[in-house]
Amino acid sequence: MPLNNDTIQQILTQKFGEVLSDWQEPYGMLTFTAPKEMNLKVLQFLYDEPSLNFRFLTDLQAVHYPDKKGQELAVVYHLHNLVDNVRIRFKVFTDITKPDVFSATALYQSANFMERETYDFFGVNFTGHPNLIRILNVDEMDYFPMRKEFPLEDQTRVDKDDEMFGR
Amino acid sequence: MSRPVQYNTKLKMVEAPEAMMGDGFMATSFEKVVGLARKNSIWPLPFATSCCGIEFMATMASHYDLSRFGSERVGFSPRQCDLLMVMGTISKKMGPVLRQVYLQMAEPRWVLSVGACACSGGIFDTYSVLQGIDQIIPVDVYVPGCPPRPEAILDGFLKIQELVGQESLRRRNGDKYKELLASYGIQ
Repeated sequence: MPLNNDTIQQILTQKFGEVLSDWQEPYGMLTFTAPKEMNLKVLQFLYDEPSLNFRFLTDLQAVHYPDKKGQELAVVYHLHNLVDNVRIRFKVFTDITKPDVFSATALYQSANFMERETYDFFGVNFTGHPNLIRILNVDEMDYFPMRKEFPLEDQTRVDKDDEMFGR
Repeated sequence: MSRPVQYNTKLKMVEAPEAMMGDGFMATSFEKVVGLARKNSIWPLPFATSCCGIEFMATMASHYDLSRFGSERVGFSPRQCDLLMVMGTISKKMGPVLRQVYLQMAEPRWVLSVGACACSGGIFDTYSVLQGIDQIIPVDVYVPGCPPRPEAILDGFLKIQELVGQESLRRRNGDKYKELLASYGIQ
């Protein structure tokens, strides 16, 4: 039987029950949310369960929703089952004042650089990461540029007049 | 058959500096001779990171031919070069690299900043891009444009030649120059 979204949802609900929420299928890609304490348990199950077999972490990043109080930062995992060629997306939400999420590096080696990048741009603190330092931005940078409260423009510049540049 | 020598009559020579001349001697200031020699044999070091670098390639190639101005030899070792030509976007992460290249050049050294990105960050007004290389190294001539045409780069190069030719031999030892470098945290 080919692995489809309904089967995946069924297997996951059997294992975790109502803990997993917000099931969606945008453009046919199964997406769901878990509490952030559960992220490693869910990932481990997706990895180990022979009928699911999601062994490849394609992508990992964060999204900042400034209006969702207490759930400002979403960490998104993109997983790929290479045997059946099925992809799913899995999110956890965290409070921006305490952005601690368990690191997936023990399970997926590819999470190492991607978690560093996510830390670099959003300041998500991945607990258990072996080397959580900036990866793309300069080391001296003292903020997380992709968070919405920071303007995109370089703030060191003094010669740009707001009136002239329409800001 | 003899060679058509008349084609060589259009050779352009640099003019001799102002001098006292008589039979068998010529007296002028050392500064002028050195300036003349330097300005007509500038070795450029291209630091090309993006589209302005493509324009520079055209500038170097046969059609525009930068070597007409005495820059036949493009050096790729900063230690041998006189002119750092920065062409393209310099990200903040690349800033220390550019600075290191500048520090490796021997005095006297000049810097030509080509294109909007090198001069001011250009359209990349963002957290990751250096807003003008003059934040980390002193710049002598700015060439605007996005990207500038080869003619504009040549014009900037001629401006550099002007500076080189007129520079006082003592400038690099002067307090003003040391102050300038100190303001960049060099030395």
